[in-house]
Amino acid sequence: MFAYLRNLGVKLFRRDQVAEDMEEELRSHIAHRADDLEHSGLGRAEADRRARLEFGARERYKEESYAALGGNFLDTLLKDVFYSLRALRKSRSFAVTAILTLAMAIGANAVVFGVLNALVLRPINVPNADSLYGIERSDTSDPVQSYPDYLDLRDRNRSFESLAAYRIIEAGLDSGNNPIRSFGYEVSGNYFDMLGIQPYLGRFFHGSDEHGPNSAPYIVLSYAFWHSRFQDDRGMVGRVLLVNKHPFTVVGIAPPGFHGTLVFAFGDFFLPMVDTEEVDGQDLLNSRETNWIYLALGHLKPGVSPAQAVADLNSIAGYLQKTYPKEHGSFHYSLSRPGLYDEALGRPVEMFLTGLMLLAGLILLAACANLGSLFAARAADRSKEVALRLALGSSRNRILRSLFTEAAMISLAGGTLGLSGSVVLLRALSTWRPLPRYPISVPADPDPNVYGAALLLALVSAILFGAVPVRQVLKTTPYQIVKAGWQAAVGRRISLRDVLLVIQIALCAVLVTSSMVAVRGLVRSLHSDFGFDPANVTIVTSDLRMAGYSGERVPEMQKRMLGAMQAIPGVEAVGLIDWPPLISGVYEQVDVYSDQAGDLSPANAVSSPFSFRISPDYFRAAGTTLLAGRTFSWHDDANAPRVAIVNPAFAIKLFGSTANTLGSSFKLQDGARVLVVGIVEGGKYRGLADDAAPAMFVPVLQSPALGTNLLIRSSREPQQVAGAVRKTLRSLDPGLPSYIETWNQHMDDFTLFPTHVAVVALGVLGIMGALLSITGIFGLAAYTVSKRVKELGIRIALGAQKSELLRAALGRAIKLLAVGSSAGLILGILASGVLSHIVYQATPRDPLVLAGVVLAMALLGLIATWIPAQRALSVDPLILLREE
Amino acid sequence: MPDQAQILPGTLDLLILKAVSLGPLHGYGVLLRIGQISDSALLIEQGALYPALFRLVRQGLLKASWGVSENNRRAKFYELTAAGRKRLREETESWNRLAAAMAASLAARAEGI
Repeated sequence: MFAYLRNLGVKLFRRDQVAEDMEEELRSHIAHRADDLEHSGLGRAEADRRARLEFGARERYKEESYAALGGNFLDTLLKDVFYSLRALRKSRSFAVTAILTLAMAIGANAVVFGVLNALVLRPINVPNADSLYGIERSDTSDPVQSYPDYLDLRDRNRSFESLAAYRIIEAGLDSGNNPIRSFGYEVSGNYFDMLGIQPYLGRFFHGSDEHGPNSAPYIVLSYAFWHSRFQDDRGMVGRVLLVNKHPFTVVGIAPPGFHGTLVFAFGDFFLPMVDTEEVDGQDLLNSRETNWIYLALGHLKPGVSPAQAVADLNSIAGYLQKTYPKEHGSFHYSLSRPGLYDEALGRPVEMFLTGLMLLAGLILLAACANLGSLFAARAADRSKEVALRLALGSSRNRILRSLFTEAAMISLAGGTLGLSGSVVLLRALSTWRPLPRYPISVPADPDPNVYGAALLLALVSAILFGAVPVRQVLKTTPYQIVKAGWQAAVGRRISLRDVLLVIQIALCAVLVTSSMVAVRGLVRSLHSDFGFDPANVTIVTSDLRMAGYSGERVPEMQKRMLGAMQAIPGVEAVGLIDWPPLISGVYEQVDVYSDQAGDLSPANAVSSPFSFRISPDYFRAAGTTLLAGRTFSWHDDANAPRVAIVNPAFAIKLFGSTANTLGSSFKLQDGARVLVVGIVEGGKYRGLADDAAPAMFVPVLQSPALGTNLLIRSSREPQQVAGAVRKTLRSLDPGLPSYIETWNQHMDDFTLFPTHVAVVALGVLGIMGALLSITGIFGLAAYTVSKRVKELGIRIALGAQKSELLRAALGRAIKLLAVGSSAGLILGILASGVLSHIVYQATPRDPLVLAGVVLAMALLGLIATWIPAQRALSVDPLILLREE
Repeated sequence: MPDQAQILPGTLDLLILKAVSLGPLHGYGVLLRIGQISDSALLIEQGALYPALFRLVRQGLLKASWGVSENNRRAKFYELTAAGRKRLREETESWNRLAAAMAASLAARAEGI
């Protein structure tokens, strides 16, 4: 062992000396042999020659001796590295192309993986996140709970150490004179203790601070909010903040890394849930029907498996169904990872990111195919060198190893470059707020996982594209090559290179197809029928609760606001709705029953339509067509019979057809009979993918609206309208925080956000795929032309036409392009089925898409073959003849 | 020249140890000595000697030092170390056992069984 280390040391630090030593010894051997031969009567020169011959393959023995000295691995590696560096320096354009190609592909993968890692793979930033689970219900698409149900879950389960709950609310915060709208978490008292985190300053509130409704007027601020809004003022702890005009004491500041238990939602504050009535204006704590808690979550006790916990929870579900049949249909509980608002948001995000990861992987594969053929071409060009090395006694292993070293070095360089680019991108991404009004961003700061993944991808791709020329080297016979020179694989009709290129073009066509499908989907959804007309409408989003209004004062103020807006010159109609369709992210769904129903439990409900609370003039302001009957008037108030306006889907669901709907009644869960007085056109309510969903509208004077959103229709400039609206609002109540923007703007930000993301992501990947195809086709065409220059020259000399020349030079590349594109187009059409989940109305069976793809691929081919074609045409037979 | 046999794999190291045990030798000298003690019956390709020599040095069985040869040329001389002497003894014994066993086996006749 010691000897080995010493040898290694000697070899590493005195490499030259060892080599010299060995060289001298071998020389001495040959000299001694020559001496003997000379004694036996040969001339000295002849003796030297014979001695050298007898000695055998000197380079090989030297290498073997070197190997016998041990400690070789590092050494050969170093040698290979230096050799590759020299070789790459000699073909700089090859190296740069290869490195850039790879950098792009690995960078794309690292970015997508970084986002996947941040949103899906990385647990939320709390201690022991591994044992943290959220509780999901089978009968709602969201993991929501009612407060009494949460209390039952918390107190009756035997599986969780403790069970906390949260929801996200928007509230008006006022620290003196400047009210702002701000998002934060409303949490159960045990929230912080359950998570096991410590405050940065002051203290957190605890379960023991809760003594019934509105009993804990404490607020905790997030570190980031405290830092940006209050400039790290330590005096904030103990001060009083007004939350929707109610005084709350700031008890503490949360630690810097903590922004709540939703990965992408950055809350500014944390309030105790028991104060929800004071903050929100609704008494929700005792209602078992209203599911408003976003998520109940907790750590499993040590030794309790998720399956046991689910069984435990489902026994509670059974108890709840038996004890409160009116409020519960049949349902069961399951567990989920808590970071992504459960499966509701988690699944589509996960699906999209996985799809994107797959595409990025395909890009990398395409890049590898590209590099593989570059390497194969290079190996072919270097076959003379390889043959020479083989003839001199170098082993094939050694040559292969140096080829792989070259591949590894290129991929490491490309990987490093790609990773650095992606780090910059990911950092920018984590500070980006896609929806300015909402505290949402992707915390995609790269971590060791991302670095590791990029490195791994780099090495794997090195092996992939490094392996392409292996067979070529193994088949090399030095004798033939030295004698005849390299002949491009004659006789073989389809080479590996061709297959790689076809695969690559097909991949590119898949990407181009899917990005075109996505773009078309986006364009279509912009022009689809929403059931309202967002053009020329300005929306005022406000919430009277934030300004301290409650009870009777709310509808009174709403009426005053409507009147004041109507008085603005140029305003055609003003309507009020609690939460406007498609853009608010808040949707009320209520169970409705047939008029004859006696048992009003959820299982008996005929439908759960979306329900909107509106003012009389809403439909005119929104541009929704009234199909039959009447709209509401201000006389539809608490003293009048309850009325509703429904859409055709609702009518068909409840009454079989729209014909006998007017004048019919239905029941709500509280037993109230509601008379249908009008039918309006159907539309989209929750998302663009809604398909003829039932909906009903009720008057605000009968069902008070908590949200106050004003729709102002006016053909004047939106800027002018906004200015006038702002002035009017200030004159009504200067302390009312609100947003003013056009409906279209809001749709763009909110409703179409996923589509925008999909289009951008696919577009970027599509462009990358296109670039890779161009380099691939260009590489093949240029290589063919350069290898066949002589033949082309002869053809020209014999009087070939330009078209014939081009066919000879580029025919193969074009044929491959055609085959690859058609294969890719078909695959892309198949793959677009997946896309339609994300992008509304994404269908590949669209002549425009098909034509677009064909055109794009043709254009690619033209760009890629332009230069080689020029070169083929400009071959001058005279110059060629002179050169030979 | 008598018929020359290719040496069995693995026996080259033993031959070298034996050759060197008779006195320090340089590489070419080792070849000559093996030819001499085997009565030119064993053929070794000249270059193949060196990887073996370096291997033995690395294992600490031989040690090497530069000197001047009988031809008045600089040459590297090899001699046995204590470990080399011990190894030579062990290998010789085990070779003899093997050779005797092989000889006995090959000499067996039908009636002897």
